[in-house]
Amino acid sequence: MLGRILHLLIKEFLQLRRDKSARFRLLIPPIVQMVLFGYAATFEVFNVSTVILDQDRSQESRALEDAFLRSSRFALAAPARRVADVRDAVEASDAQLGIVIPAGFAELLRKGQTAPLQVLVDGTNSNSALIALGYVGQIAGDFGQTYAQNLAERTGRLQGKPIVSVEVAERYWYNPNLNSRWFFVPGVIGTLTLITIVNLTAFAIVREREVGTLEQILVTPIRPFEFIIGKTLPFFLIGLLEVSIVAGVGMAWFRVPFRGNPLVLLLGTCLFLFATLAIGLLISTICRTQQQAFSSNFFVLNPMFILSGFSFPIASMPPVLQWLTYVDPLRYYLVIIRATFLKGVGLEALWPQMLALAAIAAVLLAAAVLRFRKSLD
Amino acid sequence: MNPPDAALATTSAAPAIAVDGLTKRFGAFTALDGVSFAAGQGEIMGFLGPNGAGKSTLIRILCGLLHPSAGQARVAGIDVARQPEAVRARIGYMSQKFSLYGDLSVVENLRFFAGIYSVPRAEMAGRIAYAVAMAGLGGQENTLVANLAGGWKQRLALGAAILHRPPVLFLDEPTSGVDPESRRRFWELIHTLSGDGVTVLVSTHYMDEAEYCHRIALIARGRLIALGTPLEIKRHSLDGELLALACADLGRALPLVQGAAGVRDAALFGSRIHVTVDEAARRGPELEALLAARGIAGATARPIAPTMEDSFVSLVGKAALNAATSANAAGARP
Ligand SMILES: Nc1ncnc2c1ncn2[C@@H]1O[C@H](COP(=O)(O)OP(=O)(O)OP(=O)(O)O)[C@@H](O)[C@H]1O
Ligand SMILES: [Mg+2]
Repeated sequence: MLGRILHLLIKEFLQLRRDKSARFRLLIPPIVQMVLFGYAATFEVFNVSTVILDQDRSQESRALEDAFLRSSRFALAAPARRVADVRDAVEASDAQLGIVIPAGFAELLRKGQTAPLQVLVDGTNSNSALIALGYVGQIAGDFGQTYAQNLAERTGRLQGKPIVSVEVAERYWYNPNLNSRWFFVPGVIGTLTLITIVNLTAFAIVREREVGTLEQILVTPIRPFEFIIGKTLPFFLIGLLEVSIVAGVGMAWFRVPFRGNPLVLLLGTCLFLFATLAIGLLISTICRTQQQAFSSNFFVLNPMFILSGFSFPIASMPPVLQWLTYVDPLRYYLVIIRATFLKGVGLEALWPQMLALAAIAAVLLAAAVLRFRKSLD
Repeated sequence: MNPPDAALATTSAAPAIAVDGLTKRFGAFTALDGVSFAAGQGEIMGFLGPNGAGKSTLIRILCGLLHPSAGQARVAGIDVARQPEAVRARIGYMSQKFSLYGDLSVVENLRFFAGIYSVPRAEMAGRIAYAVAMAGLGGQENTLVANLAGGWKQRLALGAAILHRPPVLFLDEPTSGVDPESRRRFWELIHTLSGDGVTVLVSTHYMDEAEYCHRIALIARGRLIALGTPLEIKRHSLDGELLALACADLGRALPLVQGAAGVRDAALFGSRIHVTVDEAARRGPELEALLAARGIAGATARPIAPTMEDSFVSLVGKAALNAATSANAAGARP
């Protein structure tokens, strides 16, 4: 049994070694995409749905509110009378951002002290909310600086420096600089791995089916699970290599910190790779030609990408789609990879994601082994 | 060649291949319709039939690659549908498509297939060397298979199919698209294997190759329409004697000949008409006279021995007639 798997492995690596373009295909596109994605990640956003509650009702507070709205970064989503209204709006995802100007705001400024501004952010992994949060800080900072200058000119005294501080109530404490690249780069690792591994696995088997070598293998006494292990182990190793390389580029190039335990990330990556290998296998059991595999991959990978929460916040999806995200392995892997990179948390926090990934991988692998029949009909 | 592994060989009492009422349907289409036959140990059995006849379907069922819709097949004494894995250890298979890895070298391919057939490590080198020698590829061990010429590729594929010394071998059109010299060498290999006791079931649509088989089965539209030695098939397929008729206007002559007295069948064969008649000595001159009377010049008829192709055309024609009355293919057995 081990002998058969070993011979299949030798064959796969010999073919891979001989396929010069494969080495290029495996390494260069992910790195290029990583860099492109990394730079494209500094999106600009406009009209972020926002709720503003002015509890101070002063001239200053109205001026600040005006500055927010004039920037065209924010669009008023709903009126708010109480802090609870703001909280509700953000929690229900009616607004991505809630800004509360507390009572006493103007008084503090006039005294030349720091005036707090409370901000609530949609607590999901939404990139646009993060960027919008950056704008809040920027606009509030500008406002504070202008105000300080005016104050100095009017009163002639320079004691104290009034500034507007932004307090984020629900805060992305693991990315305090609101560096959206940090947020994006780990996501790109997961997404690229998914695409590469599903494609490699599906095509590797479908190609053998198309060329006719699969038929020759099917008449040998090899067992389905031996074939599957021999055929997927190389891609598993390639997947690990690819995650390391892409993560290395992200850390070296974009200076994304790695705060967590590499072993936790390794565990999550292994589970995620099992799930993606199984998806590739399932596609390969359904498709007869590489053309079919190509379109199937497209139809499987795109929804997985969209449902993962990578670029669209899960909380603002319709409930049906939200349910679907629970079967998307990328959803869990993104959490694991971001948490290990940025938060530095370990298994104590990530075990639900690990369990979910393990369950999905187990079900998909079982389905792939069962579906892989040693027959042509 | 060493004889096939004794442990895997069939007992001489049971036939190496026994097929009974084998039927395969793809949806509403019947690709194989109630085929029955048996082949003994060491026998070379040829499957002859036009494109789409069902040859590959039959071979794939016998290899356990397709599940029969009805009927039973036993290979090396084992039921193929029930124990496909046990059968797989005892058969070698060359599919119709060339199916070695073009991007691996000769030895890498052989090592791979020997490996997944679990050839004992101690015997690996010897068997690979034998397969290389058999294919005539000595000195080319490290050539990529994609760079080999067609005839060598096919012999290498045969070598790869017998690495585990199977007692039964299925070859699906192994010589299609190969030059005549390579075909001849390939058939010599088949006879060597047969001499060592390997049962070989080989499909082809080259009529001349049928003569190299011990027995042939004619198959058309999924039905077995004749089974026997090449000589038997040729003798029994024609009810009557055969005339080769040469004349000027073949197109006009054919319907005239078909309607003539004593003519059972007539068909174009290249630049001649082959006519099946009740009595060649008498009908030959009659036909020459008939055509001359109708203004067709240069008609000469001479008696000939039927070729496999004549038999085949005649049998396929009869089978098509019988299909209406749904005569069983087994009834055509000699
Ligand atoms: N998987 C399948 N699904 C549907 N029809 C099939 C399938 N495989 C074969 N057929 C049909 O069954 C018939 C017999 O095919 P088969 O390949 O057995 O013929 P063959 O005698 O090997 O022909 P050839 O000389 O072209 O190889 C053909 O009409 C073919 O189209
Ligand atoms: Mg065929």
